[in-house]
Amino acid sequence: MMNLSEGAESVVAASGSLGGAWLVVLLPAIGALVLLAGGKRTNAWGHLLGCATVIAAFVYGVVMFFASTGLDAGQRVQNLHIYDWIPVNALQVDFGFRVDPLSLTFVLLITGVGSLIHIYSIGYMAEDRDRRRFFGYLNLFVASMLVLVLGNSFVTLYLGWEGVGLASYLLIGWYQDRPSAATAAKKAFLMNRVGDVGLALAIFILFQQLGTTQYTEVFAAVGDGRLSSGTLLAVTILLLLGACGKSGQFPLQAWLPDAMEGPTPVSALIHAATMVTAGVYLIARSNPIYSASPDGRLIVVIIGAITLLIGCVIGCAYDDIKKVLAYSTVSQIGYMILAVGLGPIGYGLGILHLLTHGFFKAGLFLGAGSVMHAMNDEVDMRKFGGLWKKMRITFATFTCGYLALIGFPLLSGYWSKDAIIEAAFSQGGWRGWVFGGAAMLGVALTAFYMTRLMFMTFFGEKRWEKLKSTDGREFHPHEAPAVMTIPMIILAVGSLGAGAYLAINHTLVDWLSPTLGELSEAHDSPFSTPVLTTISIALMVIGVGLAWLLVGRKPVPVEKPERVSFPVRAARRDLYGNALNEVLVARPGTWLTRFLVFLDNRGVDGAVNGIAAVFGGGSGRLRRLQTGFVRSYALTMLAGSILVLAALLMVRFS
Amino acid sequence: MTSSSSSAVLVALLLVPLVGAIVVAALRGNDRLAKLVALGISIVEFALAIVSWAAYDAGGARLQQAFSMDWIPSFGVHLSFGVDGIALVMIAVIALLVPLVIGSSWLEKLPEGRSAGGFLGLILVEQALTIGVFAATDVFVFYVLFEIMLIPMYFLIGSYGGANRQYAAVKFFLYSFLGGMIMLASVIALYVQAGNALGKGTFDWATLVTVVHHAPLSTQIWLFLGFFAAFAIKAPLVPLHTWLPDAAAEAPIGVAVLIVGVLDKVGTFGFLRYCLPMFPDASRKLAPLVLVLAAAGVLYGSLLATGQRDMKRFIAYVSIAHFGFIALGIFSFSSQAMTGSVSYMINHSISTGMLIIVIGMVIARGGSTRIADYGGMAKLTPLLAGLFLLAGLSSLSLPGTNSFISEFLVLIGSYPNAPVYTIIATVGMILAALYILWLYQRVFTGPVRGDALMQFDGPGATIAPETGARRAIRDLTGREIGVLVPLVVLVIGLGLYPKPVLDVVTPTVNATMTSVGVGDPVTVQEGH
Repeated sequence: MMNLSEGAESVVAASGSLGGAWLVVLLPAIGALVLLAGGKRTNAWGHLLGCATVIAAFVYGVVMFFASTGLDAGQRVQNLHIYDWIPVNALQVDFGFRVDPLSLTFVLLITGVGSLIHIYSIGYMAEDRDRRRFFGYLNLFVASMLVLVLGNSFVTLYLGWEGVGLASYLLIGWYQDRPSAATAAKKAFLMNRVGDVGLALAIFILFQQLGTTQYTEVFAAVGDGRLSSGTLLAVTILLLLGACGKSGQFPLQAWLPDAMEGPTPVSALIHAATMVTAGVYLIARSNPIYSASPDGRLIVVIIGAITLLIGCVIGCAYDDIKKVLAYSTVSQIGYMILAVGLGPIGYGLGILHLLTHGFFKAGLFLGAGSVMHAMNDEVDMRKFGGLWKKMRITFATFTCGYLALIGFPLLSGYWSKDAIIEAAFSQGGWRGWVFGGAAMLGVALTAFYMTRLMFMTFFGEKRWEKLKSTDGREFHPHEAPAVMTIPMIILAVGSLGAGAYLAINHTLVDWLSPTLGELSEAHDSPFSTPVLTTISIALMVIGVGLAWLLVGRKPVPVEKPERVSFPVRAARRDLYGNALNEVLVARPGTWLTRFLVFLDNRGVDGAVNGIAAVFGGGSGRLRRLQTGFVRSYALTMLAGSILVLAALLMVRFS
Repeated sequence: MTSSSSSAVLVALLLVPLVGAIVVAALRGNDRLAKLVALGISIVEFALAIVSWAAYDAGGARLQQAFSMDWIPSFGVHLSFGVDGIALVMIAVIALLVPLVIGSSWLEKLPEGRSAGGFLGLILVEQALTIGVFAATDVFVFYVLFEIMLIPMYFLIGSYGGANRQYAAVKFFLYSFLGGMIMLASVIALYVQAGNALGKGTFDWATLVTVVHHAPLSTQIWLFLGFFAAFAIKAPLVPLHTWLPDAAAEAPIGVAVLIVGVLDKVGTFGFLRYCLPMFPDASRKLAPLVLVLAAAGVLYGSLLATGQRDMKRFIAYVSIAHFGFIALGIFSFSSQAMTGSVSYMINHSISTGMLIIVIGMVIARGGSTRIADYGGMAKLTPLLAGLFLLAGLSSLSLPGTNSFISEFLVLIGSYPNAPVYTIIATVGMILAALYILWLYQRVFTGPVRGDALMQFDGPGATIAPETGARRAIRDLTGREIGVLVPLVVLVIGLGLYPKPVLDVVTPTVNATMTSVGVGDPVTVQEGH
């Protein structure tokens, strides 16, 4: 094997089973093609094909994983050239993959959680006439997401990046009858495109400065110090803009809660476990660039801290179970962004939290889907209550996810989140206090909103007994079929144990070190680790206790109380994020467009008709030119001849 | 007369549609036969274009498959034709579109007293003339074909179009003709220039390229502007665009495909073949001006597209935005951007052509071009909805589709020399998503609604109980699927594997860059 670069990282040409990495993309891609182009003929077995391709991709992912662990650390970053995609002189964009610990980790997450959610969807979508097309879109998503994480250049990443955006658009708008679904889908795509502009401009700058967009060459050049600090800062900010769009981070967070219009398995897979974490992947993948720009990293950390608090605060006020979980996702990704913004001490921790979050949040969404399935698709928690007795498996698995999310000691979230908080504090000075403090505050708020959700859904009075759903049916909650509960159970096991497995002895961080570098130990923290853990647990207990005081011990009114304090009102309105978009972008845009349409019809066209009038004798006579054709032809000829004469004169005299 | 063996293919490409047009026009009594013959001829033409592509040597001479014969010896005018990489791909795309246009116009309701033979005959004449425009290597022949090309189009809009067709046809003609007259002044001045330099005037493009760039800057600028005016109207660039929405709205769907897909490209082709190599100093001097128009066109066309109420006018404004991208790529002087612009020219023909064709299928079902007359149509016609979305995604340059390659190349290539204009155009990406997805949302999603879908149509029409829509609204027919499948294959195929096009275009672009006297801002780095 030969070394392709002499830079900080060593990259070798892919071989062995890693050289077959294209297979994991091709399988779901073929699934999508067959299901979408095959039409109704594939209805009978479409969902099975959809599951089979993703499971097969997972199996090959596991094969690649073990092949890679068998290699020396220096051989684990492999480059797979497939064909020349966009070759024009100096610009040579490969269609190719980078198979390394980071991308393999994502391959396992995407195909593993993806397989479980595909299986779950067989049951969840059983009643849908178009289930086959649904699986086609899910396969399209998995294929695109794999291109995103496996691509070996920023352009192949961009290909997957917009591919998952398309799948997300199609699946958010799945229930086409609902105008709100169509609007949410369009909003998601548009806000993502705002971020994409950032990603695109970052790619343009890299090409301008370095003449390449391939990771290997870009990272080597950055390692050689070929980018000025100003350029580095610009690139980090633009990449962050892309990450904010895809990952629902401030100020582009408003689309993610609306995306809950999609079917719940979609929310679990795309809008919780995988696609929305692509922003974290992007920053972790670009770690040589971020490591070289402390200012860029500071901005990342600030965005992460703001977002994690926004998500928590709004999550406390919503009654829609999926929207609470959505804002929880916004907030948890805020933690991950904060982590990767910390630089070498945080890249691995961000990915660790991304993985544990993938387990417990996917599990929570599937649990919410199971509740909705049992409750005639109702999402308003004020109509739930006392469900734990009716659906014990759902309750048990949901509780595992809940405890993991709030950071209950020794469960998944505890390992990953506390590590991030500790790393944030270790920044030292005001940064340590501000970012560590924000992450700490988030612990209490997370415990509050999730405990509130648990109380309103599973405990207390069975409020649904006296109610009917909007389509007039009575509620008869029941446990979901095994095809749905088994994926939930598997994810619950992950929620319990994955954190400990990955975090103890730094298993994950060591595995990722060929890509992300060695973990530098936290230092300069005002607290020792045991003290920090104690504070964190205390805050969690306070959050749970507050939820009990304010929600758990009182009856929950079925109607939403309208006379509430200002913070609750603000939180219910998404802290005015949408209102701000409306005032700053949507309305001025509409006015400008109307003005321009008016101008184009009257102004520009009028002016040109006026010029025509000079030649033709009035725009009103334009129509009559049909009859007076020859005369106007002559007139135009005359005008032309004058110009010819002018040109000739000009040539002589110049 | 000089020729080589492969030049016979080019001669055939010029003559087959011309002869075919006469045959088809003679079949005016029998519509069905006329359609079949026209389709057959257009397929033969497409096969010829493939042969021409296969015979083209990307690393070979600047102009290939060339032939020449005397026409007006006293003025040194020769009927000479030949292709470079740019002309080659444009001719291929015309040859691809015409059979699809004929297929999609199969059931077109022509106005009272018009026959399919006349309509399709004019389309074939137009095809022959546009191929001639791209293949001409004598500037005078180019000019003559550029002007004659207007005449069949004038009748295609004016005789076969919608209610306001005569107004649209005259407006189209006046704009284009005026531009042509201004160009004529420059063509004549070129002849004089060549006479001064060589002692004998000539219209031979290859000779002129070697002569005119010695002219002083001021002369070059005037000559440049003469050509530029004609091309900027044709392309069209804002603010010379206002003929296009009327022409596209009034023309029959198939003709709209030809206007936007083929005719307009003559303008951007003209920039590349005439403005840049013949007047290099003027091109460099005036590039900032064109870049302003280009960036303005992207934003202006996009915003206007979001504000349209009529689907065919919508398409016109979308194209105006796209022509902004093409002009940006041509005048920012890098081989990536210029190659991007050329591939944009063909990809725009494919994806916007597909979008017009699917919009035509929507209109054929509802009988209205107003967006507000439709709603929730995906429920009635899921396949049409899906292909409409695919055409739209290609128009908004989604990666994985053909248009992404060209838009990406234009932007990444333009950024080093024209960062501000590139950033403005990149923002246009957001607007593209807005206007495409909003149109899709209004026409296809939500509950079935809108007059075109809900109103009774004649005594026999009944209402489908489950949706409330007219029963007559059906999903795509076999003919319609047949028209769209080649476009779908190209949209995705050229998106994932654009190399065949890029390999043909890039050498010609490199030659053009050399004649403009500019080098790439980003060159191959050491260690590659």
